[in-house]
Amino acid sequence: MAEVLFAIIAASTGGAALGVVLSKSVVRASVWLLFTLIGVSLTYFLLGAEFLGSAQLIVYVGGTLVLVVFGVMLTSPGPFSGFRPKKIEWIIGVTIAVVLFAVLVIGSLGIANPTSGTQELPSTGPIGMSFLGVPEANRPTGAAFLLPFEIVSVHLIVVLIAAAYLARAKRRLPPKPGPAGAP
Amino acid sequence: MNELGLTPFLVLSAFLFACGILCFLTKRNAIGLLMGVELVLNAANINFVAFARFVPGFQLEGQVFAVIVIVLAAAEAAVALAIFLNFYNNHASVDVDDAKDLKG
Repeated sequence: MAEVLFAIIAASTGGAALGVVLSKSVVRASVWLLFTLIGVSLTYFLLGAEFLGSAQLIVYVGGTLVLVVFGVMLTSPGPFSGFRPKKIEWIIGVTIAVVLFAVLVIGSLGIANPTSGTQELPSTGPIGMSFLGVPEANRPTGAAFLLPFEIVSVHLIVVLIAAAYLARAKRRLPPKPGPAGAP
Repeated sequence: MNELGLTPFLVLSAFLFACGILCFLTKRNAIGLLMGVELVLNAANINFVAFARFVPGFQLEGQVFAVIVIVLAAAEAAVALAIFLNFYNNHASVDVDDAKDLKG
């Protein structure tokens, strides 16, 4: 059962990723990216990481992708504008990607499957407690991720302020009056 | 889930990674490059969660790192789009081949 489900999800995710690569129009690529991200979140659900799957849906699909779509709309010179890569770029790119894929697949086939069986992933409560550094029964020292949490949150606010500063609407200068004595 | 091992997830992640690399090797549009980066980050995230599921001792760490990667990817997308908008205001295009005059 799990194999069939994984096969369906993996095929649709991979197909959508190929669609991102192969589509000529930016808008279509972003729609394919939407399906890829949804497929990745379904993979998380299949792995038992419910919190991560829903975070992926909320943050990526609901937030980042909306940003990307707005970027497409604000910077597109016209409807159905696309990118036209040269043929030599395609050849080089496909070669590198295929070699990389082969190397990664060989490497991951070389990893021995852990024999200890699967384990239930912790749900939202333990994740939040570990972010806050609260000691628990299996982590008596409270060794946790408080410092990464702080770094990430400060980084996020700095980055968002910087993005708002960079993308702010500039006040355009009024056109200068012409030299020929405009009224 | 016992019969479905670690390897299928690693292969799926490798495929997404290769697609992301191909995306930013072949696309000229800066937003296309950003989509490639998103694909690569998602591939890495699948690896994190798969190892958290199947390797003992990483249940919490894998998920925590995946959450951090998601947040940092959102931040990266925001800054990248701000830069692209600025570039578009100055050059009226987001073709990365036009970005030649940033030489200092």
